[in-house]
Amino acid sequence: MSSDSIALNPALESTRPIGDRLHDWVTTVDHKKLGILYILYALVFLVIGGIEATIMRIQLIVPHNHFVSPQVFNEMFTMHGTTMIFFVAMPIMFGFANYLLPLMIGARDMAFPRLNAWSFWLAAFGGLLLYFSFIGGNGLYGAGGAPDVGWFAYAPLTARVFSIGHSTDFWTLGLLVSGIGSIGTAANIAATVLCLRCPGMTLGKMPLLAWMNLVMAALVLLAISPLTAAQIMLSLDRYLGAHFFDTQAGGSAVIWMHFFWIFGHPEVYVLVIPAFAFASEIIPVFSRKPIFGYPVMVAATVAIGFVSFTVWAHHMFTVGMNSYANSFFTISTMIVGVPTGIKIFNWIGTMWGGKIQFKTPMLFCIGFLFQFLIAGLTGIMLAVAPFDWQLGNSYFVVAHFHYVIVGAILFALFAAFYYWFPKMSGRMYNERLGKWHFWLFLIGFHLTFDFMHIPGLLGMPRRIYTYEPGRGWDIWNLIITVGVFFQAAGILLFVCNLLWSRIKGPVCTSDPWDAWTLEWSTSSPPPEYNFAAIPVVRSRRPLWDIKHPEDPDWKYE
Amino acid sequence: MSSPSLTPSSLESAWILPSRGRVGMFCLIAAESAMFTIFLVAYIFYIGKSQSGPTPKEVLEVPIFATICLLSSSLTIHFAVAALRNAKSSLFAIWWFLTMALGIIFLVETGREWHHLIFESGLTISTNLFGTTYYSLVGLHAFHVTVGLIGLTIGMILALLGKVKQEHHERADVFSLYWHFVDVVWIAVFTVVYVIGR
Amino acid sequence: MRRTRHRALVQGIAGLFAVSLAFLLLATSQCFGAPANPSPTNIFRPSSTPADEVFHISIFVLIIAALIFAVVFCLLVYSLVKFRRGPDDDGREPPPVYGSNQVELAWTVLPILIVLVLFLATARVIHSVEDAAKPPAAVAVIAIGHQFWWEFRYPSVGIVTANELHVPVSDPAHPTPTYIELRSADTDHSFWVPRLAGKTDLIPNRTNSMWIDPHEVGIYVGQCAQYCGTQHAKMLLRVYVDTKEQFDRWAREEAQPARVGDTVNQGRRVFETTACINCHAVSGTVADGRFGPDLTHLMSRDTIASGAASNTHENLRLWIHDPEAIKPGSLMPAMQLSDQDLDAVTAYLETLR
Repeated sequence: MSSDSIALNPALESTRPIGDRLHDWVTTVDHKKLGILYILYALVFLVIGGIEATIMRIQLIVPHNHFVSPQVFNEMFTMHGTTMIFFVAMPIMFGFANYLLPLMIGARDMAFPRLNAWSFWLAAFGGLLLYFSFIGGNGLYGAGGAPDVGWFAYAPLTARVFSIGHSTDFWTLGLLVSGIGSIGTAANIAATVLCLRCPGMTLGKMPLLAWMNLVMAALVLLAISPLTAAQIMLSLDRYLGAHFFDTQAGGSAVIWMHFFWIFGHPEVYVLVIPAFAFASEIIPVFSRKPIFGYPVMVAATVAIGFVSFTVWAHHMFTVGMNSYANSFFTISTMIVGVPTGIKIFNWIGTMWGGKIQFKTPMLFCIGFLFQFLIAGLTGIMLAVAPFDWQLGNSYFVVAHFHYVIVGAILFALFAAFYYWFPKMSGRMYNERLGKWHFWLFLIGFHLTFDFMHIPGLLGMPRRIYTYEPGRGWDIWNLIITVGVFFQAAGILLFVCNLLWSRIKGPVCTSDPWDAWTLEWSTSSPPPEYNFAAIPVVRSRRPLWDIKHPEDPDWKYE
Repeated sequence: MSSPSLTPSSLESAWILPSRGRVGMFCLIAAESAMFTIFLVAYIFYIGKSQSGPTPKEVLEVPIFATICLLSSSLTIHFAVAALRNAKSSLFAIWWFLTMALGIIFLVETGREWHHLIFESGLTISTNLFGTTYYSLVGLHAFHVTVGLIGLTIGMILALLGKVKQEHHERADVFSLYWHFVDVVWIAVFTVVYVIGR
Repeated sequence: MRRTRHRALVQGIAGLFAVSLAFLLLATSQCFGAPANPSPTNIFRPSSTPADEVFHISIFVLIIAALIFAVVFCLLVYSLVKFRRGPDDDGREPPPVYGSNQVELAWTVLPILIVLVLFLATARVIHSVEDAAKPPAAVAVIAIGHQFWWEFRYPSVGIVTANELHVPVSDPAHPTPTYIELRSADTDHSFWVPRLAGKTDLIPNRTNSMWIDPHEVGIYVGQCAQYCGTQHAKMLLRVYVDTKEQFDRWAREEAQPARVGDTVNQGRRVFETTACINCHAVSGTVADGRFGPDLTHLMSRDTIASGAASNTHENLRLWIHDPEAIKPGSLMPAMQLSDQDLDAVTAYLETLR
């Protein structure tokens, strides 16, 4: 498609002084550069969060281990969870949304480019603020100052009297700041999708990725504010003597939980819906068929968005709510599984009757499907409140949500990386390394997270820095830790593949996958203005219409 | 992959999409509504649960005057935008100024009420649950009024410099959405704090 | 070439099946089988009605989940094998299929029906456990969670003890369950003894309740299941299910004030004139601190530091001398006693049977 765009000569680009190029990146408002900044930022924190997890797993490899002190361990699980959710998963999804949305809807940039930049730097600053706590927190004596209250920071453990020093405040403020950035990005995404689509691209003709990011943005707008509100209340408690969560003054510890989980549950859908988006774009291309049931996929996603606000207290089944409340949240949680299951069927329906190619992006999507199925089923198990009375707060829950976040979301992310890396960098990645990454990571993932369900079933609670021998947990913890090293090896290969291919990979065309959405009609990488002329579309697969003028989609949709 | 098929030939109807300023403002309003909802829920949850100290009935006086001022300011800003749409820049400036004045009066009244509560009734944010939820909820709203006033001030300065023209009426309209939102929130806060909670 | 690729694919899938099967068997045997050293905290070996009820509904949901998994997994594998691009592919695109309303309806209605059935079964269990009527013969216990130990009070018989809970076994014909009221003195905790019941949280400024009716005599272990601070991991639980006679005898003993001999006067003096009595109580003496565990019948317990160490002379002495060595981050301060005083206090505590 190079006749449609005039790419800048990359050779000229590299002769510019490095200071100029860095200044470009730091002051950019271009959605593609900001997208890449978000992604790189998230990758750095992915490695840091992974190190925190590895430290925990080494401590737990045998009972009564002394690899780290309990204080350090408690900081590790707090920071690992907080980092992975707020500084890996969210930024990376925002990064892909930023990069892809204007390209896929035929626009030149996001709706508010300067707000885009402001949101990124705010979110980035939040992460740095949180990590500054390691040196600045003044927490438990001699233990460094990172927060150690768990990523959901239950009250009243976070009160001044139980969390002395400032470690909790780093948690509160770091997330508050990056939360504001998230709201900015979400507003940007919504406005972009609603207001900047190219002519002919009605809401019913835009790529599923656009729909799903729109729903994600709506969730962010409504879900982050409850967390912000709760954090403001916590700070008022800690510094102005307020009593929101002060149980000695009649305050309620449970209300923190309600406020947090009203944020926390939609938040996980914020993370997984973009993963659905990746699968919905990649599976059709590698099955050579359009997505099965586009309207149903849209309806299911919107339904998930709505229902996700009605399930939050399934994180609180053990808190002592009455039987009617517990029953309500049981059924609402089960109901949210229905549209989710429908999507899995639609993805399989897409592959059905197709011609599946097992390239690396597709391999990761298949892993996503398999693991998301299992994760959804363990979620249904946890929805059964009495079962949750046993399994809640145990390693079964930890296994379940890592199955979703790593097994589904991260796998879909890897698929997205391999699929769009050629577009972003102009070079093709190494397919063999990609397959090695997939298999190593798959083995490691299953070693760790399949077997992690068992200690939960055998009574092992979460967030413990050590455990008693003789409860039957020892061998499983050992296997879980071994799996971590396979995953680390996989990630190492992934990073090497990206770096090597970026520099030395074969130059690729604008459309290496023979795909159908608008981003493949520009050069790889796209020029700063994206499209020489704003495209006009007539169907959901504009490039299919061009490649198959005798059989265009708009005749059948 | 020839380009002509992707470039505009002709569309059956004009391609009109919502304005991004409006959508962006609605997004902000959605997020802020969620935040206020949480503070309102906290207020309602803690009604009657204070273990000590002054109760709402004892110390709260219904701020009728301040409320009238704030709600009228919605009307004045509406007239301001209408004036600008009809290219009446000086009329716009007058209504805009009135909006500002009414907003400032509201804040001053809130300040006076707080002064009375703190120094005469002995109610602070740390006194009891009522103090905690009252000051945080009313304070959050006052903060949003303040931010709105900053925006109004900028608009006023621009108007006085003669830089506000008819083509800016859309932007003024989008800003007025924020101001209307602040008023609607006050209706909710007023109802919960001064009617239900007392 | 084609046969090798085909074989590789089949081998891959067969391998996947084998691994999944092996894993399933392993997990099942661990949880349901009878290995040489069965886990004392296995939720699938219930020994009390609430745990039984949970067990039954959990088997039901596991079976449903397994069936759903089997169906979808087979569909997935079938589509991957049958519709993969062969090596002799002609490069033509397969016919596009955009959707099918009947299929969508089918796989919407069926899951909704499954959800309905599952929900009804679940609601029944929720009510039967949470809304169970309390029989008059129930033993009433108040459990108060502390950082990082458990306080147990039996209000009707005037007992205050710590960390090790004694309850009578319950005969199904004449049930004598134990009803536990759950409160907290500081942060959130959670009472979890898997073989007896699901967990229920202890939350400050809130009273929760749970009940157990153990079927078999024995010791049941568990631990705190809601992160409560540095030593959350060592806030262990031991529940002693006694016969009626054993329980009555234990209760009578516990209700007695401390019987202190004369030989430990020096230790007792050290105990009662230093900071020990700020936190600890020994009934019948001047010590009545409530921040730490009641020590009146310390030697009737098998463990100290809420299960972190067994109750031996060495451990007790070490605990008083340097708690960080046993439970780093616990709220028991090192008492900075001289060796002589330390030995004396230990000797005194060892008389508190």
